Amino acid sequence: MRFGRLTAGVRVGVPLAFAGGLVGVSFGVLARPEMGVVAPIVMSALVFAGAAQFGSLAVLASGGGAVPAIAAGILLNLRFLPMGIALAPSLPGSPRRRAAQGQTVVDASWALANEGAGRFDRHLLMGATLPQYPAWVAGTALGVALGDSIGDPAAFGLDALFPAFFLALLVPELRDRTGVAVALTGAAVALALAPVTPPGVPVLVASSIALLGLRRR
Amino acid sequence: MTDVWITIAALTVATAAIKAAGPVAVGGRALPPPAIRVISLLAPTILAALVVVQTFSTEEGDLALDARAVGLAAGAAAIALRAPMLVVVVAAAGAAAGARALGAA
Repeated sequence: MRFGRLTAGVRVGVPLAFAGGLVGVSFGVLARPEMGVVAPIVMSALVFAGAAQFGSLAVLASGGGAVPAIAAGILLNLRFLPMGIALAPSLPGSPRRRAAQGQTVVDASWALANEGAGRFDRHLLMGATLPQYPAWVAGTALGVALGDSIGDPAAFGLDALFPAFFLALLVPELRDRTGVAVALTGAAVALALAPVTPPGVPVLVASSIALLGLRRR
Repeated sequence: MTDVWITIAALTVATAAIKAAGPVAVGGRALPPPAIRVISLLAPTILAALVVVQTFSTEEGDLALDARAVGLAAGAAAIALRAPMLVVVVAAAGAAAGARALGAA
């Protein structure tokens, strides 16, 4: 049964791994001039967080230095804090074990494992992340190897992959009026903040819109 | 070059800590109903915010209407037609690539 959920997770994770792998290629291509050959691959293997990697790379590439690059990466990852709190009741075992299971959270797997009513299918979460990790690292390595021989990765429209993907995950969440209302508000808040705050802040602040759930219905 | 390695080391530690914080602090406890209502609203808010930020904001922090919006529209059409996920993302990337080939930013 548990194995069945893990396998089900791997099945939904494989298309994500393709999409993530392609984005990994574009990270490798873009990172190589700034970071060299080894560092982008090490970063993908250890950090394994696309938005934070692109964000900190952009800061480094603009000559911003380590401290602002780290700050950008942390801000872009802070949404994992509320996501981890949401997941916590569904994780059994010792703190160390829960901390380890928490590492398998990536946006797509987290959204797919969300069963509603505060419950998450942790086996589906882990299964879905399983193929995405090697795909992200291998994609990065491929991108570094290809370098600028493929030109600008934007020409392939790879930067449109994830918005469409997140939209596909969003649609099933819009099953009632509250879902629609918080999604529209979250989007509006994020758009309003994007030009005036550092990257990462818009999504983080938008996530606080979920606190509207504290109101009695 | 050292900036690169310092950034990687710091983000490795910080990312792991951020991902571990919720599961360790909250533990396997059941949460009260208001907290569960908040949690069930997190997915639509975060996903909607990610969609608009990744579609309409640029690396420089400006808002822009470019090929990514074309890609998102194509993805939305594929979703409306109940296409499988892989078709949705390929449609989005293909449409964005096409728009760029035609000269869009």
